[in-house]
Amino acid sequence: MSTGHERAADGGAMLHPELRAQRDEAARAPDGRRLDHAEGTSKPLRTAAEPQPRGATVHGSRPVDQAEAAARFIAAPEHEKMHDERLWDLRQKRDREMHGIAEWEELRALASAIKEHTLTHLDEYLEQFEANAGAHGVHVHWAKDAAEHNRIVHGILGDHGAKTLIKSKSMLTEECGFRAYMASVGIEVVETDLGERIQQLDNEDPSHVVVPAVHKLRTDVAAVFARTIGTDPANSDVHYLAESQRQATRPLILAADAGMTGCNFAVAETGSVVVCTNEGNADLSANLPNLHIASIGIEKIIPRLDDLAVFVRLLSRSALGSPITQYTSHFRGPRRGSEMHFVLVDNGRSDRLGLEKFWTSLKCIRCGACMNTCPVYRRSGGLSYGATYSGPIGLIIDPTFNARKYSKLPFASTLNGSCTNVCPVKINIHEQIYAWRRELVKQHEMPLAKRAAMKAAGELLSRPAAYRAAIAAADAALAHLPRFVIYNGVNAWGRHREVPHPPKQTFHSWYRENRGGAQ
Amino acid sequence: MRIGLFIPCYIDAFFPEVGVATLELLERLGQEVDYPRDQTCCGQPMANSGFNAECADTEALFVRNFAGFDYVVSPSGSCVHHVRDNFDAIEQTAEVTAVRTRTYELVEFLHDVLKVEAFPWARFPHRVGLHNSCGTLRRLKHATPSELHEPFYSKPLDLLAKVEGIELVTPARPDECCGFGGTFSVFEEVVSTKMGYDKVADHAHAGAEYIVSADSSCLMHQQGCAERIGVPIKFIHIAQILNGASA
Repeated sequence: MSTGHERAADGGAMLHPELRAQRDEAARAPDGRRLDHAEGTSKPLRTAAEPQPRGATVHGSRPVDQAEAAARFIAAPEHEKMHDERLWDLRQKRDREMHGIAEWEELRALASAIKEHTLTHLDEYLEQFEANAGAHGVHVHWAKDAAEHNRIVHGILGDHGAKTLIKSKSMLTEECGFRAYMASVGIEVVETDLGERIQQLDNEDPSHVVVPAVHKLRTDVAAVFARTIGTDPANSDVHYLAESQRQATRPLILAADAGMTGCNFAVAETGSVVVCTNEGNADLSANLPNLHIASIGIEKIIPRLDDLAVFVRLLSRSALGSPITQYTSHFRGPRRGSEMHFVLVDNGRSDRLGLEKFWTSLKCIRCGACMNTCPVYRRSGGLSYGATYSGPIGLIIDPTFNARKYSKLPFASTLNGSCTNVCPVKINIHEQIYAWRRELVKQHEMPLAKRAAMKAAGELLSRPAAYRAAIAAADAALAHLPRFVIYNGVNAWGRHREVPHPPKQTFHSWYRENRGGAQ
Repeated sequence: MRIGLFIPCYIDAFFPEVGVATLELLERLGQEVDYPRDQTCCGQPMANSGFNAECADTEALFVRNFAGFDYVVSPSGSCVHHVRDNFDAIEQTAEVTAVRTRTYELVEFLHDVLKVEAFPWARFPHRVGLHNSCGTLRRLKHATPSELHEPFYSKPLDLLAKVEGIELVTPARPDECCGFGGTFSVFEEVVSTKMGYDKVADHAHAGAEYIVSADSSCLMHQQGCAERIGVPIKFIHIAQILNGASA
């Protein structure tokens, strides 16, 4: 086996060993074809696996400490490096796709305009959607919150005597705590998306809206599968793991009483639901059982099929840097002998629609491009946010669910603005992050010490004489204090980096000496 | 034309040579430059932390210092971004909005207002990696960010191309944030410094001897990171190179 640390010509020294092209036979499918996806071209790393860092500690509504969890993620360098590079690879693939489309920026503007139009006429389009879906024999339900969604789905399952449910990935059901609720009422749920299944088996939330187990190394997956489906704990070959999972899950899929999907787009003029996947698992979930339930956030509505074309061109290019998802499935009505139910869920969305500075966050199509590009997210892992939605979009959505619990999240950003630029529906994400900081201060969700420090800073910076004295004192301190006093553990600047070298004099005093006294 | 020179707090305290280079460069270009002595800060540290009301007195002082100039010029992209785009803790009188719209970052002032054609005194025979700070890149629009499908342009590269002997190198992730982020650098210091380590390593890998930027705040952070992990790379503000610094 070649070592993971050689500087492969096709990899480059900056690349994590897991991401470099591989020369041994494990990179080929059993029929000899070369595999050309991210996992296919990676290889096992080592014998002693680095344990997977876990996400943020969550205690009720106490503020989630993202920085603490991020620090633990960074303290696991193999995980952090793989995570950063894998997501950066998605960002680069997205850029390549973007450059292949001359009208890319027009598409983004169009997508944004369609979403803004729809959101400002949401009541009309929802009613149109309901009427058209009903005309095709779909049962349409309305849920005002997560609890009502879960009760409605439970009721439908109960009407059919269903005890097992297969489902495709849905962030809305994550929002609703759906699997935990189903477990509490004795219904077995099987996730059919591979990444989501890994997360379900590990009893862990998805860390990313599109690639839910992206924070795990293959050795982490091997450990989960060894524990839950009985694979060889020493074997982390990706084909072995994927095939073992398929063999373990496929019988459950075939025997399931009911199927559930999320919804990427709900088309008002046709009353149809469109689901985009790469594994075909939504089609299995929807089509194998005789009962299909689709959970739909009310912001997923778009007016027409023509509009769908705009979003389909943007979605997978933004998400994974591929031109289109493998499957774009339209669900218009039940097959003969089966039932189809659509559950339209609000769960805070209409309140969000009323927030002047934040309502456009509802344009989000959950592509995850903002996460892939976010330098903080790539180095923190999605579970560090302790919320359903992580990364930049999470920073502006999560506080609408619980301002206190997620009061620290808008500070987990450098405000660099890359998220805004990659967003296919042009949400001004970094400006909303900034606006949330102001909002949280207004709502008194900031620690007292920070409040006091900022008040003191404001007073100092508005008094030139006091400010002059403070600058001189800072320079003098850095010039004369011994190193152990400056790097004292309380100085957050100096824990992992050197402090600036104090100059002989400030600019102010240089100017006085060299440009004279007159103002 | 009278220019008010705005030297932000951290440049005043830690990088006086950047202030000197900015002043000398503008003077070489025939400009009349004043440095109001009572200036302190633009208020960004409080504002970026969400404490906008706490900025009011600092903003009022800023306007008192800089009202009456034809232009306010500063060698700091993020401070200029703050003044221009977020400086709203005080009533937006005609005087306040005039100061805000007349405030320019040095590179854009040289490129867009003075339209400087040559820096005959500037020679910098070194391999240099350009760090576009996020404030200059995505807010002040110094250059095309890599995320957008737009025709390429770069104001700092246009200016640096006029410097004799300079060799520009490109890191693998040219637009990646370095992790400074103002108060982010201390509130999320582990993520911040990891981003800084990655940034300086990327430039070093590209062969840069120097990292040049229009933002000393990013450079202060990157220098601290480079020194801590032992990456032998030097840091210089674009004003210094354009003013003829030799190293």
